[in-house]
Amino acid sequence: MTETAQADRVPAFRRGTKFRFDTVRAAWVVLGPERAFLPDEQAVEVLKLVDGARSLGAIAEDLCARFNAPTDLVMADVAALLQDLADKGVMTW
Amino acid sequence: MVNLPDPPMSLLLELTHRCPLQCPYCSNPLKLERAGAELSTDEWVSVLDQAAALGVLQVHFSGGEPMARPDLPDLVRHAASLGLYSNLITSAVLLNPRTLAALADAGLDHVQISFQDADAEGADRIGNYAGGHAKKLAAAELVRDAGLALTLNFVVHRHNIARVPQMIAMGEAFGAGRIEIANVQYYGWGLLNRAALLPTRAELDACTAAVFAARERLRGTMVIDYVVPDYYAAEPKGCMGGWARRFVNISPAGRVLPCHAAETLPAFAWPSIREETLADIWNHSEPFARYRGTHWMPEPCKSCDRREIDWGGCRCQAFALTGDAGRTDPACELAPDHAIMAEAAQEAEAPPPAFVYRRVGANLGVMA
Repeated sequence: MTETAQADRVPAFRRGTKFRFDTVRAAWVVLGPERAFLPDEQAVEVLKLVDGARSLGAIAEDLCARFNAPTDLVMADVAALLQDLADKGVMTW
Repeated sequence: MVNLPDPPMSLLLELTHRCPLQCPYCSNPLKLERAGAELSTDEWVSVLDQAAALGVLQVHFSGGEPMARPDLPDLVRHAASLGLYSNLITSAVLLNPRTLAALADAGLDHVQISFQDADAEGADRIGNYAGGHAKKLAAAELVRDAGLALTLNFVVHRHNIARVPQMIAMGEAFGAGRIEIANVQYYGWGLLNRAALLPTRAELDACTAAVFAARERLRGTMVIDYVVPDYYAAEPKGCMGGWARRFVNISPAGRVLPCHAAETLPAFAWPSIREETLADIWNHSEPFARYRGTHWMPEPCKSCDRREIDWGGCRCQAFALTGDAGRTDPACELAPDHAIMAEAAQEAEAPPPAFVYRRVGANLGVMA
């Protein structure tokens, strides 16, 4: 896949997945069928931007601006995270 | 100040032991609870309140057949109002457009439908319920069309293990996000029927190969969760993620257990949700503390570098096969009792005996 095509891909939580803040653990959680993950801080920042409309490129741009990080690196990290969650069945993209 | 254990992630409610099906590997205890002993709606609502406050994230509505309880939509609605992720574990033979609409409207997140085989003849024989398979197929279509997340669950054994590729194809045809290919776990009814159910090593190897190939092919499309029978394992499963570490189960009559098979263990006074709070039971009760963590472990577990991966395996299996719940699970190749597994696997080479179907009173002659 070309870099442009990758940047245009739009991640979304799969039906049956919930991403919410758990007050007991004071942590964000991803909940799916027989699945529960506690994403780390970086992943939480990514997942907060997943709304089924924003593309990978737009998500990376937002993160780059806020965290002053190089775009290529952020794109690669975010793509790897999304692919991992897709393989686990909680996300499509 | 005493350190409290981490809160449970997941709660399984056995709302009832009543079920139209009679699968001979049912995870319910041999001594089935009668309807009159079941918790009331208000009691289950209180359980949900307590669970959310304690830190439970997911609630599994199970049974028996949970749809046999007319208050199920009310309980699902209450769970949703607390932010709990709700999962219905059902045979689906009571699922129709009306009952599904009530559950979807209540905020149900996910439906898991059990199939007994990929074809109707085999499936209806295993469940001992004529016409069941056709009802399940219709129900799975309804769930898909309602836009709810769907898992197809297949419990596999020597009578259906050859059709695992067709089971995977069923999942694909329904567009299921997830399927489970779960070999029978041999406790309770499953153990009673082990000689009728345990596949041979060769049958299991073919099944494993089919699952692994399909996983590769369907990566990112459909998740396949796979559970092997302990009898052919080299390492034990980390049963329930460790005793009383992540999971809590409540029986129809309100007994609180660290897993659904725990009532098979003698010498435990299981706490009741009618007498104590869920938080007190989880944090302070002796049965929940007894095998939690690593303090109780014998060798070879105690010094094993996998002790916090497999947690000594399964306490119920250790008891069922050795008579001592505190021993290393015989499924581990390092266990002193590991030879028991190979002896049992020889049963799989002989012709299968008839099933003892799961129903009230069915086991009495055997257990006497």
